[in-house]
Amino acid sequence: MSLGWTVLSGFILAAIAPFIHKFTKNATGWLLSLLPLGIAFYLFTTYFAPVTSGETFVATIPWFADLGANLTFYLDGLSLMFALLISVFGFFIIIYAGGYLKGDPHLGRFYLYLIMFMASMLGVVLASNLIGLFIFWELTSISSFFLIGYKYKYLSARKAAQQALLITGLGGLALLAGFILIGLGTGTFELTEILQNPEALKTLPAFPAILIFLILGAFTKSAQWPFHVWLPNAMEAPTPVSAYLHSATMVKAGIYLLARFSPLMEGVAAWQITLTSIGAITALMAAILALKASDLKQILAYSTLIALGTLTLLIGSGTEAAFKAAMVFLLAHSLYKGALFMAAGAIDHEAGTRDIRELGGLIGKMPITFFAVLLAGISMAGLPPAFGFIGKELSYKALLYGENIFVLAALLTNMGLFAASIVVIAKPFFGKFKAAKDKVHEAPLSLFFGPVVLATSSIVFGFFPGFLDKLMTAAQKSLLGVQHAGKDVHLHLFPETFSDPAFILSMITFAVGAVIFLLWRPVFNGLNAIAPRLDIGPARWYLWALEDLERFAKWQTRRIQTGNLRNDIRYSFIFTFALVAYALYRSKLSFTVDFSGLMIYDFIVFFLMLGGAFAAVRANTRLSAITALGAVGFSVALVFIVYAAPDLAITQFMIETLVVIIIALVIVRLPSFHLHERANVGGRWRDAIIAGVAGLCITLTMLVVLQQPLNTNLSEYFAAESVPHGKGHNIVNVILVDFRGVDTMGEISVLAIAAMGVYALLKFGRKEPEDELDLADKSGDELGEKLGEK
Amino acid sequence: MESLLSIAVGILFATGIYMMLRRNLIKFIFGFMLMGNGINLLIFTVGRLTRGTAPIVPEELEYLDGSVIQDFANPLPQALILTAIVIGFGFVAFSLVLLYRTYTVEKSLDTDMLQESVLPEVTP
Repeated sequence: MSLGWTVLSGFILAAIAPFIHKFTKNATGWLLSLLPLGIAFYLFTTYFAPVTSGETFVATIPWFADLGANLTFYLDGLSLMFALLISVFGFFIIIYAGGYLKGDPHLGRFYLYLIMFMASMLGVVLASNLIGLFIFWELTSISSFFLIGYKYKYLSARKAAQQALLITGLGGLALLAGFILIGLGTGTFELTEILQNPEALKTLPAFPAILIFLILGAFTKSAQWPFHVWLPNAMEAPTPVSAYLHSATMVKAGIYLLARFSPLMEGVAAWQITLTSIGAITALMAAILALKASDLKQILAYSTLIALGTLTLLIGSGTEAAFKAAMVFLLAHSLYKGALFMAAGAIDHEAGTRDIRELGGLIGKMPITFFAVLLAGISMAGLPPAFGFIGKELSYKALLYGENIFVLAALLTNMGLFAASIVVIAKPFFGKFKAAKDKVHEAPLSLFFGPVVLATSSIVFGFFPGFLDKLMTAAQKSLLGVQHAGKDVHLHLFPETFSDPAFILSMITFAVGAVIFLLWRPVFNGLNAIAPRLDIGPARWYLWALEDLERFAKWQTRRIQTGNLRNDIRYSFIFTFALVAYALYRSKLSFTVDFSGLMIYDFIVFFLMLGGAFAAVRANTRLSAITALGAVGFSVALVFIVYAAPDLAITQFMIETLVVIIIALVIVRLPSFHLHERANVGGRWRDAIIAGVAGLCITLTMLVVLQQPLNTNLSEYFAAESVPHGKGHNIVNVILVDFRGVDTMGEISVLAIAAMGVYALLKFGRKEPEDELDLADKSGDELGEKLGEK
Repeated sequence: MESLLSIAVGILFATGIYMMLRRNLIKFIFGFMLMGNGINLLIFTVGRLTRGTAPIVPEELEYLDGSVIQDFANPLPQALILTAIVIGFGFVAFSLVLLYRTYTVEKSLDTDMLQESVLPEVTP
C-alpha cells in the first residue's frame, strides 16, 4: 500500500504546489524537494535491504477491478534502482529549478508540471499492471510536453513540445496496442504474472506484433534512430527540465521498458538484432552530431543519445555481462549527465550564453561550477578514476563476447564521446576570458548544490564501487529473469591485468579521442559545412510528414469549407445523402408502392402541393413565390385534416397565415427577386441533380421504412394513460402539456428568445439608420453607450 | 396514400434543397420552408395514416386499449409535428429579420457577394 503512495503522493503535491508557491516564494524549491528526498529515504530504508537480498514487493490499490485494471505496484532490483534515481534526482532538480527560474511569473505552474512528471516516472517504473504502466507512460509524455513548451512564447519551444508529444505519443499508442495484445493473449495484465512465464508470451500467435509495438514504444521514448529528432529539440526546455529528462527520467523510461521485458525476450533473434543494430546506429550517429554542435546543451543532448544507443545495444546483446554493463553505465550516465546539464545551465545563467565558441576562461570566475564540470566530465569521458570508466570498461568487456562490428561501433562512439567531454570541460573554462556578460559571478548555492554532489559521487563511486555491488546485482537479476541465478556483481576500479583487451580498447579511445579534441575546430567546421547537404535524415521526414498533413488539412478546408454558404450547404447535403444512399443500398431496397384506396381529393391535395412547390421554384416575383409557398402550406394542412390530425391542421393554418403576412411585410423592404442569378446553367443543373437525388433518396427511404412494422408501444401508453393520469381526452394535447411538458416549455423558450432577437434586430435597425454601416466595426459597449445617450 | 405522400415529400425535399442552393438569401429561406413542410409530412406519414378518427378518447371511455387504438390516428407523431411547426415558425421569423438586417448593413442578399464583403482575409 505504502508503495503506491510513493507514486500517488507526488500527484497530490503537484496539485497543491502552485498554492504553496504563493506563500513560500523563493523557498519553494527547497521545501518541495523534501518530498522526493522523503521518498528516496523511505525506499532506501524500507526496501533496500530486502530487495538487494532477493525479495520483491507487490502492492495493490483497487481501481477498475472488473476490467482487470488495478493500480498494482511491483518493486524489484530494477525498479528500485530507477525509483531511487528518479527521487534523488527529483530532489536536486527541484532545488535547482527554484534557483534557476527565480522570479519567473509562472514558477508555481512549473513546479506542478515538474512534480507531476516525477510522480509519473515513479509510476512507470513501479507499476505492475500494464494498463497502469501505460497511463503513467502517457502522463510522462503529457507533462514533458508542458515542460518542454514551458517558454511557450517562443515558436521553437512550441514546435519542440509538439514534436516530443507527437513522437512519444504515437509510440505510446503502439505500446498500448502491444500491452492489450499481451493482456488478451496471456489473460493477465500483471507484469508479475507475465514475468513468471516467458514461454506463454513467446508462443502467442500475436507475438511478432507485440514485439514490434513494444520496440516502437521504447524507441520513441528513448529517442532511438530514427525517432531521435525530438530529443535535441527538447533542449528548448528550461535547463532544469533538460537535466531531469535526460539524466534519470523520460528517455530512460524506454530503456526501463526494454530492460523490464528483456527476460521475456531471451533468445528472440528479432529483438536482439533490432536492439543491437539500432542502438549502435543511434550511438554512432549521435557521436558525430555531438562534434557538430557548439551549444553546450546540444552537445550534452547528443551525448545523451550516445548513452541511450549504447544502453539499447547492451540490453539487446542479452548476455549477463552486457546487462551488468548496462546497469552500471546507466547509473554512471545519470550521475554525470545530471551534473553537467545543471552546470551548463549555471554557466548560461551567469555568463549569458551557452555557445562554447563565445565562452572561455571562466575557471577563475566560477571555480565551484568548474569543479563540478571537471569531475562529471571525467566520468563522461570514461577516464579513471571516475565511475564512468568502470561503465565503459564493462561495456567493452561485454561487447567483446559478441559481434566484432559492435565493438568497432562502440569504439568509434566512445572516441567521439571522449572528445566531446573534453570540449565541454575545456572550452568554457580555459583560454582567454570570454562571456556574453561583462561581470560573471559564481552561481548561487541552489545552482551548484546539485552538480557538485552528483559530480562528486561520480568520482566517489569510482573509487569505491563496492557500495553499489548489491544494488547492481539485484538490478541485473531483474534483467536476467527468474530462470537464471546470475552471479553476484563485484565492481572494481582497475582491471586485474593491464593487458586486458577492454583496457587496451580504452587506451585507444583516449588516444584517438584526444586527437579529435585537438582538431575540434576543423572537425566542427567541416561537419557543419557538409551538414546542409546531408539534411535528408529523420528530422526532414518528420517535417515532411507534418507539412504534408498541414497542407492536406488546408487543402480540404479550402475545398470543402470555403465560407461560401451555398458551397458549404452543398457539401453538407452531398455527404448526408451519400450516407442515406448507402443505408438504402444496405436495406436492399425492398418496398411496395400501393396506390389503392385513394380518393379524388387525395389527388387534388397532392397536385396542389406539387404545383405550389414547383411554382415557388420557378417564381419570378417575390409575391408569386409567397403565394406558391402559401399554397404548399395550406395543402399540408389539408393533409392533416384528411388524416385525422385536427390539432395539426389548425396550427398549420394559423402559422401559415402568419408566415405569409410576416414575409409580405418584410419582403417589401428587401431587394426584388430579379437578383440577376448569374447565367450559370451548368451550376443550376448540378444543383438540380443534387436536389433530385436527395428527394429520390427521401422517397425511397420512406417507402422502405413504411415496410417495417410500426412500434406503437409509446402511442398505446399515451392513449391508455391520458385520461387517468393526464385528465384530458385529447391525447395530442395531453402529450404536449403533460407527458412532454418540459419539452413544450423548451419550445416556448425558443420562441421567446426568437421574439427577443427579432425585436432587438428591428430596434437597432430603426434607431440609427445613419450609423448602420459603422456597426460592424464598433464593439458592443460603444454601441450600448450610443443607444443610452439617445 | 402513404406511397403518394412519400413521393410528395421527396418532391418537397428536392424543390426545397434546390432553392436553398440559390444565390438569393430570400430563396434560401423559402427553400427551407418547403423542406420544413416536407419534414413534417415525413414524420406524419411514417407514423402511418388513418382516415377520419382523431386521437381523442371518446367522452364515455376512460382510455383507448390495444384493440380500439388501431382505428384511431397515431397521436405521437402529431405531438412531435406540432412542436416542429411552431419551432419552424420561430426560425423563419427570426431569419427573415436577420435577412432584413443583413440587407440594411450590406446592401445585398447575394450569398456570393456577402462572402467577399463580410469575411476578413484569414492568414494562416
